[in-house]
Amino acid sequence: MSTTVPKTTDPSGSQQAREIRESVVVRFAGDSGDGMQMTGSQFTIETALAGLDLTTFPDYPAEIRAPVGTTFGVSAFQIHFGSVDVKTAGDEVDVLIAMNPAALKVSLANLSLGGTIVADTGSFSERNLLKAGYDANPLEDDTLAPYQVIPLDITRLTMSAVEGFGLSKKEALRCRNMWALGLMLWMYDRDLTATTAWLTKKFASRETLAQSNNAALIAGHAYGETAELSGNLVGYRVKDADLPPGQYRTITGTEAIVWGLVSGLRSAGLERLVFGSYPITPASPVLHALAKMRELGVYTFQAEDEIAAICSAIGASYGGALGVTSSSGPGIALKTEAIGLAVSVELPLVILNVQRAGPSTGLPTKTEQSDLFQAVYGRNGDTPVAVLAAATSIDCFDVAREAVRLATKYMTPVILLSDGYLANAAEPWLIPDLDALEDWPARQRTDPEGFQPFEHDPETLARPWAVPGTPGLMHRIGGIEKEQGSGHISYDSANHQAMTDLRVAKIANIANDIPEQDVALGDRTGTLALVGWGSTFGPINKAVEQARERGQSVSHIHLRYLNPFPANLASLLDGFEKILVPEMNAGQLVTMLRSRYLVPAKGLNKVTGQPFKISDVASAIDAALE
Amino acid sequence: MTTTIPQQLKPKDFASDQEVRWCPGCGDYAILKAIQKTLAELEVAPERTVFVSGIGCSSRFPYYMSTYGFHTIHGRAPGIATGLKLANPDLDVWVITGDGDGLSIGGNHLLHVLRRNVDLQIVLFNNEIYGLTKGQVSPTSRIGTKSPTSPQGSIAHPLSPVAVALGAGARFVARAIDIDQKHLIEVLTAAHAHRGASFVEIFQNCPVYNDDVFHDFTDRANAPDTQLHVEHGKPLRYGKDGNRGIRLKPGALDVEAVVIGQNGITEDDILVHDQTNKTLAGLLGTLRPPEFPEVLGVLYNDPIDSYEMQVAALGAAGNDVSLNDLIRKTRTWTVA
Ligand SMILES: Cc1ncc(C[n+]2csc(CCOP(=O)(O)OP(=O)(O)O)c2C)c(N)n1
Ligand code: SF4
Ligand SMILES: [Mg+2]
Repeated sequence: MSTTVPKTTDPSGSQQAREIRESVVVRFAGDSGDGMQMTGSQFTIETALAGLDLTTFPDYPAEIRAPVGTTFGVSAFQIHFGSVDVKTAGDEVDVLIAMNPAALKVSLANLSLGGTIVADTGSFSERNLLKAGYDANPLEDDTLAPYQVIPLDITRLTMSAVEGFGLSKKEALRCRNMWALGLMLWMYDRDLTATTAWLTKKFASRETLAQSNNAALIAGHAYGETAELSGNLVGYRVKDADLPPGQYRTITGTEAIVWGLVSGLRSAGLERLVFGSYPITPASPVLHALAKMRELGVYTFQAEDEIAAICSAIGASYGGALGVTSSSGPGIALKTEAIGLAVSVELPLVILNVQRAGPSTGLPTKTEQSDLFQAVYGRNGDTPVAVLAAATSIDCFDVAREAVRLATKYMTPVILLSDGYLANAAEPWLIPDLDALEDWPARQRTDPEGFQPFEHDPETLARPWAVPGTPGLMHRIGGIEKEQGSGHISYDSANHQAMTDLRVAKIANIANDIPEQDVALGDRTGTLALVGWGSTFGPINKAVEQARERGQSVSHIHLRYLNPFPANLASLLDGFEKILVPEMNAGQLVTMLRSRYLVPAKGLNKVTGQPFKISDVASAIDAALE
Repeated sequence: MTTTIPQQLKPKDFASDQEVRWCPGCGDYAILKAIQKTLAELEVAPERTVFVSGIGCSSRFPYYMSTYGFHTIHGRAPGIATGLKLANPDLDVWVITGDGDGLSIGGNHLLHVLRRNVDLQIVLFNNEIYGLTKGQVSPTSRIGTKSPTSPQGSIAHPLSPVAVALGAGARFVARAIDIDQKHLIEVLTAAHAHRGASFVEIFQNCPVYNDDVFHDFTDRANAPDTQLHVEHGKPLRYGKDGNRGIRLKPGALDVEAVVIGQNGITEDDILVHDQTNKTLAGLLGTLRPPEFPEVLGVLYNDPIDSYEMQVAALGAAGNDVSLNDLIRKTRTWTVA
């Protein structure tokens, strides 16, 4: 079953028309008795204290005493806030907090396509549904298909948060709004201080009420933190006008990676995907999703640590399966030695890094792109691997497939970089026909005639994939340098030179098997090129689009291949007088481009845990063109 | 239909063409020989057999076998072997490790591979020293061991590999001596027969860095009085005259070494070995000369479903699963 959304035509209906929001509209909606105005006002105060511009729109019910749970009894508070001039209360709501079915019903009309709904499932009782005029629970059918739904039993969570205070059930239920407020304050990184002080003052005569409301507030806040819900509920959105016709679903970067890997498994013609991983934010959801995919040949393994996780993936690839491992920065660090082993023994391996802010534990729920050096250079010895990065949630699908293709074709580890932002960001996705995607069957050696485990294919420089269980191909591999051809241990210096050169050339050679680098937007020559990679695609693209509308000579180049770089990148960069590299790190790609191509590239660097704003990029463009 | 009758392989057929490079007199040679003999006796298929090792003198082992082999990184062989078995549960996989490799850097992995009960033969060459890196103390070195890193003698208590394995939930735990070929082959054969993780500790002499550290029970002359070879269902007896044994200490949860015919001890007092009794295995594993004999053989063997069996029980890939259907098994909408 699916819902049909009428298409509005827009001639520019391309991928690049993706929109990045610099401001967000949040709407708290509930029954008149749910305290939504108070909640909204308090959220407003904390938002203003955080230094953001905002406009609010309190939306009371007409009836002062409308029957509980009905649509005309819904009270809502809408706030539009952002770092730019906010002039309206927002035409469309990005995030809706629906405390009951009636609130959902009346607010849906204003919710943007792809918008987020946080719904209190505890209040979606049959009676309440009926009162709201629903004959089926919209959380359980396709009514909300075009949106992102976060169902939470706020009722139950609040009840348990205020359990110890001896409140009546009614009083306890009245703390639900503070729980919801706590959650939203967490999501938008706001402080609790002003609200706590306000609660103390408001309930000065009834200390237990002050304490219990505060407990609910803190519980909601803590829930966001421990459940590690996305810190950026709203970022990218595609204007509905841009959607070509067809069947859609929403997809997060996490889901797209999972489907990309499984689809890659099929295209490679392999039976099993062994996914060894160890939980870490924000990478774990990939493990969770794959754990449900046994029917597709996926074997997940929650290892005792990241080292065992990658080793299990290497062992699986050795055994003829597709070995994949995932983590975030700290866990990737632990996998380093094993990546070196996989390079040395030349086995296929996909390593997914869902980056987060570092160093060390850093900011686990905040996004960053600071593991590029780690991916490209972070190993002992001359140990090159292929490195790819996804630009958008949807792009994660293609990039995951590409990682599988390169790993199996070139018998090499491939590092796939995503980040915490992409992992959680949902986009509407025109679902492709998966059976129509290109196949690139992986070759496994079976012929014993003339078999040499470390004889390399003249074209790909890959060694044969000779899998245990195959008669006549018994051989030994290991991390000690191998004699070219036979694979026997060799301490010979000329051989080490040759093998090192070969490993370097094998990865460099991939540049001939990937698309030429094109501009994502703009002309192929000009004054200024913005060169980005990863999840900064949206803001860079939008800023370049706006700059071009203003007549500035700016183009956007976005790199998927970070090692090796596309073969024509040098000449493409040559066509620009200036190069600006926006990155959510202290300057990593910019350093790579400067050292590799000796170009005077400059960095635009931001590590606040928040994605770039269009205005950040726009002012950097202005400064560069001055 | 024609069936090719496989040629009977000899132990030497399991040797690779590589020159063996352990020090002369190293106990590893004897273990290599015993394993090659075991495989020949068991008539295993070389192409289905894989040796996975970590790093150390002991971990060089796979290079000397004509089977498949993977010399990996320090301590991590269990993870590699687990992934290999997830890829292909039909393979016959041996893990070769040392006391440093398996109990120091790889201790965590050893615990977990045992608790998961992955169907592997895990053979730990215990020489109570780091051989490859030139003789530093290891986690099994006895207190007072002098080495380049412990010039005044080591101070930390050693781990008992058998106790670690039992504590981790291993379902097969055995012990043998490198040079006792016949017994070692028996133990390895039993380990191979056990479905699940089989843990075998081999006392291995390192003549270069820890020579004769096990002499108190490996000296052939005293062996009858210092070694007790357990057999399931047989009394725990040893000694030149077979009149010594282990009995439960009256009034305590402990055992003691006794002599039949002395102090009123009769044959009936001697404990009978029950390889399915974990408590007994734990007790026997701690006994050491001179007060006790060193207990050798299969201390514990109580199989349960292997990891592979449990993984298979969780389901397999479906034949005609359509990705196109599955990817749409969510909320979808159509833009007209
Ligand atoms: C990550 C790492 N750390 C340290 C080493 C150095 N190293 C190699 S073998 C070894 C100890 C081996 O001892 P053991 O496992 O007892 O093997 P043995 O040589 O005694 O057979 C060490 C510390 C290494 N190869 N890799
Ligand atoms: S150092 Fe010891 S363990 Fe290593 S090969 Fe020499 S004798 Fe054997
Ligand atoms: Mg050792």
